[in-house]
Amino acid sequence: MSSLPSDHTSVRTFDSVSVGDALPPLTVHVDRARLVQYAGASLDRNRIHWDEPFAKKVGLPDVIAHGMFTMGSAVTLVTDWVGDAGRVVEYGVRFTRPVVVPYDTGADIEVSGVVKAADPETKRVTVELTATAAGEKVLGRALAVARLD
Amino acid sequence: MPVNADFQGRVYPPTETYRVSAAKIREFAEAVGSADPVHVDPEVARARGYADVIAPPTFAVLIAQQCDAQLIRDPEAGIDFSRVVHGEQRFAHHRPLTAGDAVIGTLHVDAVREAGGHAMVTTRTELATEAGEPVCTATSTIVIRGAE
Repeated sequence: MSSLPSDHTSVRTFDSVSVGDALPPLTVHVDRARLVQYAGASLDRNRIHWDEPFAKKVGLPDVIAHGMFTMGSAVTLVTDWVGDAGRVVEYGVRFTRPVVVPYDTGADIEVSGVVKAADPETKRVTVELTATAAGEKVLGRALAVARLD
Repeated sequence: MPVNADFQGRVYPPTETYRVSAAKIREFAEAVGSADPVHVDPEVARARGYADVIAPPTFAVLIAQQCDAQLIRDPEAGIDFSRVVHGEQRFAHHRPLTAGDAVIGTLHVDAVREAGGHAMVTTRTELATEAGEPVCTATSTIVIRGAE
């Protein structure tokens, strides 16, 4: 695997990538403060993401992370590897399970990625992401397509 | 069915303009933990060929969810927001959202279907600049849980 682009202007080259390559894994720690930060940034202020009594009242085990927080933080694995966040041209996920975020410990989301396809015509690569929390998959069919140099 | 099936195929009028700001991009990038300086440093962004700082790949949800609200709050649709769960989300970017963009969203209700007492609604928001340049297609599937 080639080294990460470091001068902020170079993007990973298509020729340096092969189908089957694994991206460096990432652990995203999420706690209540982070969810409040995301709620403000995204304008998604649904109480289930920060108000524990409310979350329990509507039948959830505890506060849960925004699915879009998980989706947005997981793709940093791809954008860091590519070297430019603007090169992700497609990104889609299914939300298979909520990430439960207890007050005391928060939660860790473990993210990994593998190159599943590479198209020499367009220099686009498809990365399949796996994200788990508490040992369970929280994203399904998580595919990001990035345009390389 | 916990949603009005007649809504399939409906297209809402274009929204008011959303102005993408460098400040909101920075706030969003910090919240999702994207450390790429292209979100905060205009010089880095210009060196990569962008007009100004660019947003992370999922930023478009912020605008798309405001578009979705037209459907969710539409009394005729009959959706109980407290029963809504996000099922799927997808983005196709024509180019990154960039600080200074003046963006308009048009909401399409692509599918309304029922499965196991729940309703699933797939919406598509087409984001384009005021000048009509397509920027992003955001597709979302929400699940509306049926009454127990």
